[in-house]
Amino acid sequence: MKPTDTSNPEYFHKVVDCQWGCPAHTDVPEYIRMIAQGRFSDAYMENRKSNVFPGILGRVCDRPCEPACRRGRVEDKPVAICRLKRVAADHRDDISERLPKAPEQTNGKKVALLGAGCASLTVANDLAPLGYEVTIFEALDTTGGLMRTNIPSFRLPPKVLDEEIGYILDMGVDLRLGHRIDSMKDLLEEGFDAVFVGTGAPKGKNLELPGRYDSDRIHIGIDWLESVAFEHTKEIGKRVLIIGVGNTAMDCCRTSLRLGAEDVKVMARKPRGFFKASDWELEDAEEENVEILVNHSPKEFVYEDGKLAGMKFDLMDYKIDEDGRIDRGTSTGEVIIPCDDVVLAIGQDNAFPWVERDIGIEFDKWDCPVVDETTMMCSREGIFFGGDSAFGPKNIIWAVEHGHQAAISMHKYCQSEDLHDRLPMGLNLSSQKMGMHEWSYSNDYDGAVRRLMPHVDLKERFNKLDIEVELGFTAEQVVEEVERCLNCDIQTVFTEKLCIECDACIDICPVNCLTITPNGEEDEIRSRLKAPALNPEQALYVSDALPHTARVMVKDEDLCVHCGLCAERCPTGAWDMQKSTILIPYATDEAEPEQRQAAAGGSAK
Amino acid sequence: MTYIAKPKISHPSLPKNQLGLTTRDYEGVVSTLCAGCGHDSVTAALIQAVFELDIEPHMLAKMSGIGCSSKTPAYFVSQAHGFNSVHGRMPSVTTGAYAANRDMTYVGVSGDGDSLSIGVGQFVHAIRRNLNMCYLIENNGVYGLTKGQFSASADIGSKPKKGLPNQQEPIDPASAALALGATYIARSFSGDKEQLVPLIKGAIMHSGFSLVDVISPCVTFNDHEGSTKSYAHTREFYKHVANIDYIHPSEEIKASYAEGDAMPIHLHGGDTIVLRKVDRAYDPTSRAEAFKLLRERYNAGEITTGLLYVNDERAEMHELMHNIDTPLAQLPYEGLHPGSDELRKLQSRYR
Repeated sequence: MKPTDTSNPEYFHKVVDCQWGCPAHTDVPEYIRMIAQGRFSDAYMENRKSNVFPGILGRVCDRPCEPACRRGRVEDKPVAICRLKRVAADHRDDISERLPKAPEQTNGKKVALLGAGCASLTVANDLAPLGYEVTIFEALDTTGGLMRTNIPSFRLPPKVLDEEIGYILDMGVDLRLGHRIDSMKDLLEEGFDAVFVGTGAPKGKNLELPGRYDSDRIHIGIDWLESVAFEHTKEIGKRVLIIGVGNTAMDCCRTSLRLGAEDVKVMARKPRGFFKASDWELEDAEEENVEILVNHSPKEFVYEDGKLAGMKFDLMDYKIDEDGRIDRGTSTGEVIIPCDDVVLAIGQDNAFPWVERDIGIEFDKWDCPVVDETTMMCSREGIFFGGDSAFGPKNIIWAVEHGHQAAISMHKYCQSEDLHDRLPMGLNLSSQKMGMHEWSYSNDYDGAVRRLMPHVDLKERFNKLDIEVELGFTAEQVVEEVERCLNCDIQTVFTEKLCIECDACIDICPVNCLTITPNGEEDEIRSRLKAPALNPEQALYVSDALPHTARVMVKDEDLCVHCGLCAERCPTGAWDMQKSTILIPYATDEAEPEQRQAAAGGSAK
Repeated sequence: MTYIAKPKISHPSLPKNQLGLTTRDYEGVVSTLCAGCGHDSVTAALIQAVFELDIEPHMLAKMSGIGCSSKTPAYFVSQAHGFNSVHGRMPSVTTGAYAANRDMTYVGVSGDGDSLSIGVGQFVHAIRRNLNMCYLIENNGVYGLTKGQFSASADIGSKPKKGLPNQQEPIDPASAALALGATYIARSFSGDKEQLVPLIKGAIMHSGFSLVDVISPCVTFNDHEGSTKSYAHTREFYKHVANIDYIHPSEEIKASYAEGDAMPIHLHGGDTIVLRKVDRAYDPTSRAEAFKLLRERYNAGEITTGLLYVNDERAEMHELMHNIDTPLAQLPYEGLHPGSDELRKLQSRYR
């Protein structure tokens, strides 16, 4: 193998699994350390840099960081990253002075953002400080988009939304509520320098089965949730069937319980393990005694005396092959499950009836716009897409990242720069050695298990629709949970010319991730390390030939707990623990220095 | 020295031995020796060896004297028995322990100071008794604990960190043991675990006195240019003459050893060691040849390593004394103390 090229920022970035897994690349270990030090405001600002909505995401993020977390491989459960994010948000002081501010003088460029959801708000957050005149058009009478209409208030209180959206709007954004754009053509004639479409995927999927339109008790999930959010819908029947088992279905079943339903069943077509809902959302629903019935494929709506009486399902049998793939299944019988209401929560689609098809915006065969994944620009120059409206339903954190990238592109577009000539990611490394055996981070491995989120009592929580179920971590829980973080951004950095091959690092490593061995091909080296390197997703860090024997030092990054013992036992300092900081460019970094200075406002950059 | 304990977490695919234990179960406390000390590598090799031999921790006795080396027993198999004796007196304490309980496995860890200076008399007589133990010398040529004065194993011309090169003739523990009639003599290097681990396993299983002389560099006081016991010097001049593969009684001897290069030696307990000779002509069962080899190679400036001499014919201490198989410690009091009537009878036989 060739020596690992650690000058490429990607290598060490990838070692920080959570940050690599996060679409917006939030520096998780850094903010967890800040929380550990009681620096909640700093932790909040560190989050805000990349994910813009720490309070919101600290409650409802899809958490791609957690399945990626190294702790989940070393033992069972990952660090409760998302819960800690909320801790930073809950305990921050007034940070308004530290927020970016719009300059007094605008730069004369006007941008229109469609939809007041997370994607558009991120663009506004990035462009307003650079002097852009930002206008947000929103069809509804309130901000937040899906975050407000589709996520129930018992999971995400409106106060949290208002606060964090307010930080952005207060920069002088022109917000036009209740202003639906019915024609892209007309909008383009208004003379905006760039347009961003962040209108989400607002169309809930329908289920065309016999009897679908014979009752008004059959609801489309996201529409129904919206109507509940706006208090148009205040009750539901005693017996409710939710069709589908994604995260929207979980919100629908739990909302039903709060509107008077007593018997809520979630109907899944496939067995467990093939559910789309996140594990934690399933857990929360099941804690509320929602029943999940597997292998039920919806067939038709059943009526008695003209009233919806239930739903007929095929009972399915599936075969799962060795690779874990499931077949289409065969029906083994039928069953009718009685109910008063049915909520369809089987997915959602983009919808662009308002975009004319003859204005140079190309659509693909699924009727989605063709969008460049780097620049977020569509086939017509100056029009950008982001969030669910770009590539179909994803999640909030992806929408935020799209917003950041679109903001860079819009800035470049408005300044007549090349959209593809973007700043690369950078990397800083700095040694964390404080003394003979002292590191600037908490390197001792803490065996604590993952803390559980305390919930409002099961009886109490149903009294009102907007009682937030999750209480947030207690101080004691925070203290335990922060120590579970392995500080993966404190990198093990090796300098081969210093190595005397004494084996000290190899002998002390608690997880056997180091080996000195003759060089070879990667597959073959993986099989003959001190402990086999079985996870091909995780890199091998290979040194150049060592001075004494010309063998190489190989580190399997997979299970390293970053305890620093290799560096501590190294007599020559060949191993060192160095903190990697990934430098992520935003629109401000692309701007001219004087613009940047103004944008930085009071915040520490 | 390290302030945090080695985390209890371990690699999930760590192999288990026949007792269901992993190498982590054979560890001791974190070493307080200097970072990079060869002794820590020897400790790791010891852990690997006793793990692979499926030794039950409570049937292992770790013996030592005084010195950096003699701290080693604290660093492996925390659940074994241990005795940190007076300087240089580890052999007699081990003799006592072995006399009382012949069923246990005895591993003595000593250094060049503990064995070749203050304790040289004890070392000599343990060999003479053919005490059934694995006697490991962590040999670095200096007194590390007292800041690096030359020890009795320092080579002529070896330079200290400060001051004049050594002028006195060194004591080579392997040659000395050969002269005294030790029955298993090996030499290795702390930086070569592939060779060292099987040698330790063979030494533990061998019936009788087994010496493993390990060049174990002192990273603080004897790892500079001009030292003949540094990592760099050892790597440059050490030569394998005969490596061994240890074969558990439950394993079959693989036929892949080339004729002449391989030499199976059957140990008392049913185990076998297979010698893999690097030098075809060398016969490690011949004391005279071993002596010749050691002297010739030493004069050539080489450090000969591997199994240098083995003799599995000679009786070990309990056999020499015709003692019963049951450990004395397990005999009832009456069995060990026949009473004054019996004593009088015995005495009358000599009147």
